[in-house]
This record gives sequence, structure tokens and C-alpha cells, in this order.
Amino acid sequence: MSDFRRPETIEEYYENFAQIKPLMNATAAYYESSRCLFCYDAPCVTACPTGIDIPLFIRQIGTGNVTGAARTIYSSNYFGHTCGKVCPTEVLCEGACVYNHQDVKPIEIGRLQSFASTEALSKGERLFIRMPATEMKVAVIGAGPAGIACACELSALGHHVEIFEAKSRPSGLALHGTAPYKITNQEVLDEVTFLQEQLGFQIHYNQPIDTIREWKDLDSAFDAVFLGIGLGETRKAGIPGEDMKGCIGATEFIEGLKTSPLETWVGKQVIVVGGGNTAMDACSESARMGADVILLYRRDKDSMSAYHFEYDMIRDAGARAMFNTVVIEIRGNEKVREVVCSKTIVDNGNLSIAPDSSFILPCDMVIKATGQEKQTSLLDLFDIQYDGKGCIVTDEYHRCGETKYFAGGDAVNGGAEVVNACAEGKAAAQSINRYLLKEK
Amino acid sequence: MANLQSYLAGITSPNPFWLASAPPTNSGYQVMKAFEAGWGGAVWKTLGIPVVNVSSRYGAIHYRDSKMIGFNNIELITDRPLSDNLREIEEVKKFFPDRAVVASLMVQSREEWHQIVKDVENAGVDGVELNFGCPHGMCERGMGSAVGQEPHVLKTITEWVKEVATVPVIVKLTPNITDITEPARAAAAGGADAISLINTVQSIVGVDLETFVPQPEVDGYSTHGGYCGPAVKPIALNMIKSCAQDRHVGIPISGIGGIENWRDAAEHLVLGASNVQVCTAVMHYGFGIVRELIAGLEEYMNNKGFQSLDELVGRSVQKVRNWEHLNLDYKITASIDEDKCIGCQLCYIACEDGAHQAIGLQKNGSRKPYIIDENCVGCNLCSLVCPVENCITMVRRDDGDSQSTWIDYVNQGKAPDTFNDDRAGGKHHFVPPPSRGLKKSLKH
Repeated sequence: MSDFRRPETIEEYYENFAQIKPLMNATAAYYESSRCLFCYDAPCVTACPTGIDIPLFIRQIGTGNVTGAARTIYSSNYFGHTCGKVCPTEVLCEGACVYNHQDVKPIEIGRLQSFASTEALSKGERLFIRMPATEMKVAVIGAGPAGIACACELSALGHHVEIFEAKSRPSGLALHGTAPYKITNQEVLDEVTFLQEQLGFQIHYNQPIDTIREWKDLDSAFDAVFLGIGLGETRKAGIPGEDMKGCIGATEFIEGLKTSPLETWVGKQVIVVGGGNTAMDACSESARMGADVILLYRRDKDSMSAYHFEYDMIRDAGARAMFNTVVIEIRGNEKVREVVCSKTIVDNGNLSIAPDSSFILPCDMVIKATGQEKQTSLLDLFDIQYDGKGCIVTDEYHRCGETKYFAGGDAVNGGAEVVNACAEGKAAAQSINRYLLKEK
Repeated sequence: MANLQSYLAGITSPNPFWLASAPPTNSGYQVMKAFEAGWGGAVWKTLGIPVVNVSSRYGAIHYRDSKMIGFNNIELITDRPLSDNLREIEEVKKFFPDRAVVASLMVQSREEWHQIVKDVENAGVDGVELNFGCPHGMCERGMGSAVGQEPHVLKTITEWVKEVATVPVIVKLTPNITDITEPARAAAAGGADAISLINTVQSIVGVDLETFVPQPEVDGYSTHGGYCGPAVKPIALNMIKSCAQDRHVGIPISGIGGIENWRDAAEHLVLGASNVQVCTAVMHYGFGIVRELIAGLEEYMNNKGFQSLDELVGRSVQKVRNWEHLNLDYKITASIDEDKCIGCQLCYIACEDGAHQAIGLQKNGSRKPYIIDENCVGCNLCSLVCPVENCITMVRRDDGDSQSTWIDYVNQGKAPDTFNDDRAGGKHHFVPPPSRGLKKSLKH
């Protein structure tokens, strides 16, 4: 049984989805900063995809220079606040903290980062200086973390940047795909507003670039283009019955919940299929919506790609898990009623169905967290090269061959963390800058 | 079982832990509470002609998450009428006859000294302490440390007091002086039965960088104060050692300065203090800390097999020599316990930037540094910065057979005596060429 009651009001919803990394107060931040050892060649910095000078910003918090701390953070990562809250710090900076080798609690780097960024954001401190304006125009497709990070860096370098976003709100998966208990929508939106105010790039919402004409217009109007198009919808799982009402992709479910929490339908008995972090989010979130949740994963627990702490969190939320189990068929009468499952056997890594092992689990909702589609049709339109998995092929400078197209984020790496997209978007911007200076 | 019974120049107390003359001994109410909590004695807040105090009065040094590791005050002696204090002393002493009540005194003329000594003796004190140490406010009026800094004056006033005193006389010294043994000798020469030290160190504890007013602020201005708390313990220990070693001083010492726990107290005792006085720690945590002081010292003495404080007091005095008597043949080098190392590399950068470039980093991806034995001068720095207990230890490398001090070096002609002498101690140590400092990429 779920440990949560289905929320009836927005207050109850916020209660069920309370922040797991709540904001520190100044005293807590000061005390926590005091514990940092200021390691030489600090492993937390190495572990951060954006290479934030973590010991420096922690020391700055400790000396009462919180604005300086925020400056340190944002000089490496434009999504300083979002990443402080949504990064899997347990496997990145905090996981690398040397205290782990001493059985001492690692420094709460993520929360310290959010403390500094919150202070700077709420005061509207000026953190960035724009270089003198150039004549160069860059288009960014997709206002996700990669696209916005790229736009920020290019704007700071003085270029004119316009972002084209298919949806009505910015930040991509940082807004639509992160669990509500990691960060609130308002925080994500506030950070983008802050960045726009400081750096001045434009975002055109509800403007997908998905026709030849739109693309041609864009191609001729801009000196360079950055593709931060992310991933598409949840891919088909190939399970009979998956088009039935009550069966939904995890990305779509999570987005729905983030957009309109109380209007989003959640079943009473939910089956989640998958073993990645998105599957964990779907479990956690449906459980917090009061559902009785069972996670089904085809291999054993240790084979899941999800972080162990994400799995711990679904257990804490009251979800159960069944391993070495696959869904053979989704059954129902227009609406999902039950799933037929089988146990699996793993032999030398090869998966097979155990004979005579099928059983039925009643349910009214199936959430598939079986990966997202690549946006290959869009890439075909732009004539951008992609690999067998549908990931954009770039050189080490994030450039798509000998073109004026650059790319970064999930569309290139196949789906990683927000912080990876931030790092790639910024690095691509620096390549674009070099490209523009050379072309001119 | 260890007996903590304490004797200082004839003043007895059930344990060596006294409250120093300071705000915690401002009233009979406080001293009653302290004695009930277990304190062995109390030196009453300095009596004299009552003062008028300012507000605010205190400032502090906080280090990271530790509050008040250094403390500073600009409060003066008692601001309460003498008669109130005398009445309360009498009441406390009646209620706690086994505890030591000592009156701290500060007046000016010989007549005043005579009168006030008689007054406090009538109230039943076990001893008097002459406040020749206060380094702020009173010294400008020719009292406190103004006396402590003039050995002749100190001696004269001590003699005045001894003319009438029937109880032991303790002289409290100021550390704001170049050589502490001078006033200590003067006190002994004047007939003092004991000395107590240190009083506070003259200080500006900090500045408010918004208003540019140092702390503590009094309506837009500040004044220098007296520094105390854990930070001053090393200064106190050194001065106590100096007095304990000086045969011209030769009277018992009451140790004061930075005592917060039993270890601090034990350090004062082994360096020559017969008992100790505490103030700042009580101002921080209250009288209850005496529980830890008593329990800790008892445990330690039992473990060491000491029956009485006599066996402890002064045990380290002979362990301190002048530098020229230290053995130059004694060689240690650092050793890193790889199993304990957590890879913070603080030892590496401390040695690299602050010492002798005797620690290297492995090229195999391991974050655990290694000691370059031939470069290590055995300075301890790495072991001090290491955050892991017993991870870096200092290991003896010489055979322990030879002894050779600076005095020996001079006598045997081994001491360098020209600027570019071949016998320079660091002549054959490895020092990287300056240009290599540039090639090191800056890593945070």
C-alpha cells in the first residue's frame, strides 16, 4: 500500500511532494560550509560535469560572501540553482567527497549550492557582464538546459541569440521531467527569468521548427545554429495492448503531473515498467499521488540503471518491486484491467522467458519507462547526421560535421542529467564563438 | 583513587578548579551556584572603588563553526558597592567553609590597600589576589597592568599589602610585558605568597567592516580590550613555564588562560601551576563545565597512578629547554598510512606550498600522496593538517645514539658562521628551481 493519500488540494499535493533537498537557512549553511576540508585538486570538482569550483564557493559561503559564491557557481554552470536541487549529487560531487572514505557524512554540496543561488536569485544580484555586442546572430532550437546554457554563454560573449521552443514554457526536462519533490516549477522558471534579465537572449515559445520552410528561413537568417532538441516521446514497448486507455509513457505522465498536478489522472493500482531513473520517478510520483505501485523490471535489482538512492526513495514512498519480471500482455476492455507477466531467466547476460511462469497482476494503469524516442525525423529535415541509435553525431567541438550546426544535450548523449546538458550547451557555445570569429 | 585536594600557598580547596576574578564571580548569588556545582574556589570580582561600565563590553573570535575561541572584554572591576560584596563574601564563606574564597583587589594608595585588605579579611576570605593585570580602563588610571608592567611599583605595593595581610597574598600578573619573570621576581621579592597568570592580553578583537568600528562598539567607537579564551592558552602555558623554571621566582603559581576542559587544566598543572582559574569557559557554558574538569582530571590521574596533585604539578617543567639544548641529530620523517588516507591531498599542498616539497602525488590515478623521504625535514606540518586521526605519523629515522646540540655545534666548529656557509642546514636539501614553480598548473 502507498504511504500517501491521494491529494485533493494543491496544499496536500505539495505536502506529498515535499522537497527532498529543502533550502538551508544561513546558520545551517555556515555550519555545513565549516566542515569542508578545501581539498587540493578536489575530487568533487572533477566529478562535476560543469567543473564548478566547489571548495571555493563553499569557502565563500563560510566567509559571508554569498554573492561571490553564486558568482563562482554561475561562472561554471548557468543552471546553478536547478542543478543544486536536481543533480544526482550522491553519484557526482557528494559521492566524490573524501569524507565518504572516512565514514563521515559528505558535505551537502547540492544544498549549499542552492543556498547561494537562492540568495543571489532573490536579490537579483548582477552576476554576469556581457561583452560588447557583435553583429553575429545564433539560433538555438530547444529551450532546454542545453539550449539555454548555450544561449547564455553566447549572449555573454556579445552575440545575438534567439531560442525557438516548441512548448509554451522553458527548461525542457528540467521543468517537465524532474520530480516535483526535487524542485518546484517556480524555481526553474525563476532561474530562466533571472538569466534572461541578466543576459538578454530571446525565447520564442510555441514555435516548433518542423517544416522545411521554417528551417530554410532559420537557416538563412542566422550565422550559426545550436540544436538542443532533446528526446521525443516514450518509445513503443512492443507489448500487446499498450495503446489501451490507462497505458501511458513515463515522460508523458511526469510532464502531465508537473503541468497540472490535480487534473492528471492516476490509477489506483499502477504498474511501472522499467529500471531506469525515469521509472523510479514514475513510481515515486504515482505513489505520492496515492496509488498502489508495483515496479516490474526484467532483470535483477543490481542490473537496474537507476541510482540506488532513487530506488530507496520508491521503497520509502511505499512502492513495491518485482524483479526478473516482464509484461507479456496488457489486457482490458478498452481500459487497462490487468497485465500478464512472466518471470525471466538471465543466462550469461541473455534474457529468456521462464517456461510456465506467467501470472496476472490486476491494475488500472500501466506506466512505461522504457526509454524515449530520438527525434530523427527532425534531424532528417535539417540534414543532420545521426548514429544507429539516433544520436546526433558531432565532433569534439560539438559541431555537426563541416556545417554551421552545433549540438548538445540529450539529443547527442542519448539522455543524461540536466548538468550534462548544461556543460555541453556551454562548451558548444564556446565552439560556436570560435567558429563565428573565424568565419568573420 | 586520585585525591584532587589542592594547596596554593596555604590556601586549601577540595579541587584545583577556581573561578577567576571576572563576571562569573560578580555576586554571592553566582559564587553560591558555582560552589554548589562543584568549583573548588572563587576569586571574587575585583574590589575597589566601584566603577561605571559601558555597554557593550564583549567581542569574540569565532572560527568556522566554533564560537568564542577567543574572547575580548572592556569591562572594568566591580561596579557594586564594597559593603554589598563584603556581606555576600561572608555569607558564601559561611555556607561553604571548605571552599577557597579569595578577594581580588585593586586600589591606589597605601592607606586604601591597608583598609581593603582588613575589610576582606574581616569578611572571612582565605586569601587576597592583587590585580596588577587588567590591561584596559584601569591601567590608564595607574592601576592594573600599569602596576604589573613596573616591577618596582609592583614590589612596593606587594610590600604594602604584606604589612597588614594575615592571609596568603597572590599577585596577578599581566602578560603585556616582554619578560614575565621580571614582575614575577618582583612579586616574590615583595613577599607575595604566590603569583597568578595570565591576565588578559591587550587586543582589538575585530572590526565591523560595514561601519569600520572595531568590536565591541560603544556608540560609534571602541577601545582596546583584554583577550582571553582558548586562543590564549599557549601564551599562558609559556609564561607559566618561564616562571616555574626561574629559581628567583620560587613561589607557587595559579594558572590562568584558556582553560576549558581537563586537558587544558592538566597542561597548566604539569607546566608548573599548582591550581587553575577559569573564566571564559564559564561565561560560555556556565558553571556546569566543572563536572567535566573534575571527572577528566580524576580519570587521568587514576590512569597515570597519581595519588595527589603534587605528583602532577610541574612534571613538564624540565621537559622544556632553550632551543640551543635540543638534539640536532634527532631525525624524524612523515609516514602516511595508506589505509587511513582519504585522499584530500591537504598534506601534499601544505608541504608543496608551505614547506619543503617532500610529498608527491601518484601518477596512477590514486589520490593518496606519498612522502619523498629524502626531502622530508620532519617538520610535522603534514600530520597537523591531515584531517584523519593517526593517518600521518612521524617516524624516527636516526639510531638514537648520538646527541649533538647547537652548543656542541658551536664548540666543535660545526656551526655555519658565514652567509654562504657550506655547513648551512638547508644546503643539501632538495629545492626545485624557481622556473618549475611556473609549470605547475594551478589546481584548486
